[in-house]
Amino acid sequence: MNDTARERILGRLRKAVGQERTLPAVPPPPETPPLSRDDKIERLNTLMTAMRSEVHLVPRDAWVEKLKAILQEKGLTQMIYAPGTPIGDAVAAAWSEGEGGLPALRPYEQAVESFKEELFAIDAGITGTAGAVAETGALILWPDETEPRLISLVPAVHIAVLDADRIYDTLDEAVEKGGWAEGMPTNALLVSGPSKTADIELVLAFGVHGPKALVVLVLT
Amino acid sequence: MRQYPPKPEKAYFFGTCLVDMAYPKAGMAAIRLMQREGVRVIFPPEQSCCGQPAYNSGFPAEARQVAEKQMEIFDKPYPIVVPSGSCAGMMRHHYPKIFGNSPLRARAEAFSERVFEWSEFLVHVLDIQLEDRGAPMTVTWHSSCHAAREMGVIGDSKALIRKLKNVTLVELENEHQCCGFGGTFSVKQPEISEAMVEDKIEDIQQTGAAALLGGDCGCLMNITGAMAHRRIPITGHHLAEFIWERIHGD
Amino acid sequence: METKDTKRVEKPFDFKANVIKALGNRQLRSNLKFAMGSMTAKRKALFSDTAAFEALRARGNAIRRRALLQLPELLEQLERKCTENGITVHWAETTDAANEIVLGILRDHGATRVVKGKSMVSEEMHLNRFLGDHGIESLETDLGEFIIQLDGETPSHIIVPAIHKNKQEIARTFHEKLPDTPYTEVVEELNAIARKTLRKKFYEGEVGLSGVNMAVAETGTLCLVENEGNGRMCTTVPPVHIAVMGIEKVVEKLSDVPPLLRLLTGSATGQLVTTYVNMITSPRKPGEKDGPREVHLILLDNGRSTILPDEKLRQTLQCIRCGTCLNHCPVYTRIGGHAYGFVYPGPIGKILTPQMEGLDRTSAIPTASTLCNACEEVCPVQIPIPDLIRRLRNESYDPDGSVCGHGVKRNLAETAVWKAWALVNRHRALNAVGTRMAGIFGPMLPRIGPLAEWTRSRNRPEFARKSLHDMAREEGISDE
Repeated sequence: MNDTARERILGRLRKAVGQERTLPAVPPPPETPPLSRDDKIERLNTLMTAMRSEVHLVPRDAWVEKLKAILQEKGLTQMIYAPGTPIGDAVAAAWSEGEGGLPALRPYEQAVESFKEELFAIDAGITGTAGAVAETGALILWPDETEPRLISLVPAVHIAVLDADRIYDTLDEAVEKGGWAEGMPTNALLVSGPSKTADIELVLAFGVHGPKALVVLVLT
Repeated sequence: MRQYPPKPEKAYFFGTCLVDMAYPKAGMAAIRLMQREGVRVIFPPEQSCCGQPAYNSGFPAEARQVAEKQMEIFDKPYPIVVPSGSCAGMMRHHYPKIFGNSPLRARAEAFSERVFEWSEFLVHVLDIQLEDRGAPMTVTWHSSCHAAREMGVIGDSKALIRKLKNVTLVELENEHQCCGFGGTFSVKQPEISEAMVEDKIEDIQQTGAAALLGGDCGCLMNITGAMAHRRIPITGHHLAEFIWERIHGD
Repeated sequence: METKDTKRVEKPFDFKANVIKALGNRQLRSNLKFAMGSMTAKRKALFSDTAAFEALRARGNAIRRRALLQLPELLEQLERKCTENGITVHWAETTDAANEIVLGILRDHGATRVVKGKSMVSEEMHLNRFLGDHGIESLETDLGEFIIQLDGETPSHIIVPAIHKNKQEIARTFHEKLPDTPYTEVVEELNAIARKTLRKKFYEGEVGLSGVNMAVAETGTLCLVENEGNGRMCTTVPPVHIAVMGIEKVVEKLSDVPPLLRLLTGSATGQLVTTYVNMITSPRKPGEKDGPREVHLILLDNGRSTILPDEKLRQTLQCIRCGTCLNHCPVYTRIGGHAYGFVYPGPIGKILTPQMEGLDRTSAIPTASTLCNACEEVCPVQIPIPDLIRRLRNESYDPDGSVCGHGVKRNLAETAVWKAWALVNRHRALNAVGTRMAGIFGPMLPRIGPLAEWTRSRNRPEFARKSLHDMAREEGISDE
């Protein structure tokens, strides 16, 4: 029956558009001068900060220390990370049990079904990023078998680490230069801040169903 | 941006049906102001309506018949000046569309090129200068939706008002908001229309203006009719009539 | 938690009664006036560069037109790509068929708890009611949708569904409908209540259901935009994800997504980008640790294929459901969404509803427009909504029309009136008599028909004794 529905719908559509069709050309995106690395960092920082993200520019070799300082200030209890990723491994290597005020590290090692309850009790998660978009101020997340999807969604605080050399000017550029069309992951994401809503009287409020806080460490 | 011709020797005047029936003095004032600038104004007596009432009500065939008649009447290559943004919009933007792919389309396109809203014509073609002889007063301006969005002449109308040195123009807060006239809308959906004109009146009252000026008689009839119904002492005037009186010291 | 079902007894659609009821609600009017003013201002600030906006929407228009012209091929490509990626594709001609497909998937998994992201297509399907009738809890998780579901209502706006309510009304609803919930008008606290209530539901949800903002044929990717994170929850936490999508929402390429996204989020809420743009291309792959193990895509026609043949009306299907035409509509901002009586309100509803539901039931809806062009001016994909409203008005009278229910008003006296009008306006002598009669008899006309409607809130028009024609002749204005 479903096949019949398919054939009937497609039949109507084919008849509707006919054989002779003149397709309009899509005008190219406007030519804009490329932004410098510093301009891209600044634009991303400004836009994401405006959306309540906590953006920190840190030297490449000092980010773990900065992370520790941020976490100590926030007083979180557990942080989930992805073993096998550069970010996850760096964090795991730098953690020592009982270090003053740091959350306990929890590796995301098994399928979610076996530890869903624990996952929903964890209050921080750390992930890498596949870059960012300066134009609109958004991180690109590209979860895979080593870095699961829920780290950036379920915990109340999401910490994302971004390589400043991987900021694209626009999403158009990211799609093109990143070769997205050749292979999309299970779930690619743009994230521009902590979750928010304006559904009640258009009052903007942060922290609805996704993370209440987004911390971005930009490695310069 | 529209390219404007130099000042012509002759120009047609399309009076519009509403000006003809209810605001003839505004029509005469508009004609006289053009004559004052040295243009020989031609008023073909066979003219009637642009066709918009039928067109907007779902009767394009009837609109087409009336439009074709106007195209026959205004057949010489003079500019056609219209004291209404809405009727001008109909003739300039919709005439070509209503003839589809019929042989009349090319003619409609050529016709539409000659159509000008009155204040647009005065500002861009006649480059008119005005000497205000009236007492100081404050006014506000209501633009019809089609003057603003189809003809894009809201700035021209306000430029004319600003040429009157004793007149202070206070703009409406929601200048681009429809007054609720909408032709047959006002009688098919009178409740919504009333809600819209009430908000418009509130906006007008907040300007503190003694008079409301407009360039479209449909809107004026709606707003002034509703203000009078509520005994609000703000008067409504077509811009042409207002200017004519100001430069004669009335 | 107690949720009411949407109204079960469906009264015949009476637009006028709805309008009068809506206009009588002062609270509604003030809520709408504030909200629409705020949303239009935010959009205006974002698209302040007019030339850039015009260039962007020209791209959006071309992308959507190209997609519609290739709709059958793109849907087949989408189906092929999705299937290769492991997504199961279903086709539904009607909303009933789509509901049955959803139910079938739920039964295959013995599921009784569905968590839902915001989806206008699921509103077309009246899915919550249907699932409720089959003993399945279908819970809205978008905050606005959650609020109206608690009150047994339907969305009044396609982007901000509870925009007709103020915080006091929402506070009362939460207090009365959610267990152990104290009354609070603090927006942050109301949000926290929703977060706490729904978090458990995401955790327990057996199936997640979502809409689709656009689907990419080239890669088989489903794009969803949102701010709250509930959409990601629904599409990531439960073991099964069902996406429902109108067949017109497909685009050719991934490179079509960035410009459409800018137009969508900018037009809808004045945002450069939403908090989340969620691009789903497959179910959980071997080795991946989370995400649904099954993803189903339901392609719903529900009348769309009958809109496609007509070159003009086809433009209706370009719509990307940003809702900005509602925000800018002087009629919507006075009466709100519920008065329109069907799923899609405002300008887009005025052209979409009659084509989906038939003019025989809905011919009043296209009359509710002043043709002010505000919608056309802001539409991110350049749909000529006023022209299409005129077309549907014409279809209401035209016995040879093409839209379902065309000609429903053909026998009204109005048809004769306009024929006479055309005659009078082509013959000067008749026209002169008419104008003179208006001048003489206008003040004496009884207040019936249109004049009665006009004079409800306005003084009667004053017709001049002497027409402009008379004056021009007397003053010697040249007639060549």
